[in-house]
This record gives sequence, C-alpha cells and structure tokens, in this order.
Amino acid sequence: MNGIIGEILILIGAFFYFLGGLGVFRMPDVYNRLQAGTKATTLGTFSTVLGVGIAKPEFLLKAVVIVTFIALTNPVGSSVLARASHLSGVKPCDCTVVDEYRGGDGE
Amino acid sequence: MTPVFFVLVSAGVVLSFIRIIAGPTSSDRVAALDTMNVMLTGLIVVLAYSFDRGIYLDIALVYALLSFLETIIVSRYLEGRK
Repeated sequence: MNGIIGEILILIGAFFYFLGGLGVFRMPDVYNRLQAGTKATTLGTFSTVLGVGIAKPEFLLKAVVIVTFIALTNPVGSSVLARASHLSGVKPCDCTVVDEYRGGDGE
Repeated sequence: MTPVFFVLVSAGVVLSFIRIIAGPTSSDRVAALDTMNVMLTGLIVVLAYSFDRGIYLDIALVYALLSFLETIIVSRYLEGRK
C-alpha cells in the first residue's frame, strides 16, 4: 500500500519535472524561464522525494532533509539570479507590461 | 512505474540542455542549469529508490548543496559585470 502511494507521488513529481523543462524551453525571456523552472521543479522535488520516503520508510529521514534543503535554497537562488540579471541589463521581452523592480508603476 | 519517471525526467533534462546551448544571454544559461540541477537531484533520489542503496541520498544532498553554491556564485559574478 505504501509502495503504491509512493510510486503515484513519484509519477506526479515526474510530470512536474517535465513541465519545468518545457517551461524553460518555451518561455520568452529569462524572468519567465526562472519562474517556470523554479516553481515547477520545487513542487516536483517535494512530490518525488516524499514519494521515495513513503515507499521506503528507512529513507524518510534523509528525504525530509533533502526536501527542506531544496525548499530553502531554490527560491533564494532564483531571486538572486533574477536580481543579478536585472542589474546586469538583461531586458524583459516586449510583452512585459509592468517592471516593478525599476521603480515605476508600469506607465 | 519508475521507467515512466526516467523517461519524463530525461525529456525535461534534454529540453533544459537545449536551452543551455541556445540561450541568448548568460542568465538564460544559468537559469536552465539551475533547473537541470534540481531535476538531477530528484533523479539521484529515484535511483537510490530503484537500486535500493541508501547511500545515494547523501550524494543527492551534496549535489543540491553544490548546485546552490554554483548558482549563487555565478549570479554574483553576473551582477558585478556592468
């Protein structure tokens, strides 16, 4: 029973990993790519690693450690990279309406 | 069920790798590399489950730590380059 629940969670995580790769491939500029890649892969890691921990209970402690580490570091890396690319002059795509970081209100 | 996992994650890694090769700026390449690193961390965890080796989870943890440091350091470098 635990094995079936764990493998279903692993399959959900695989689907979100694929969506993360597809978003990185398809999105128009670096900020959209960061958002698609980071959000989808964070949820995919949650589901996959907890699924492995549920399917094998002796892996559960290290799985929780890995999930906590990814949950703490993935948003930090994403925001640091977005700030660095904005400061180094990477322009958003033409379809962007609001650029809050520049300080304007989108007018 | 895990072969389906390996097929889907391999497709995601290949799409990210195409973006690493074709990305217009360095920021695109680093973003795609960050996504690919998180995917490979999950792949190592599923390999630990599939081979029934608990020691591979430590490798996944160290890989996640090193990929986070790599993203931060490359971002600091990109930020300093005006």
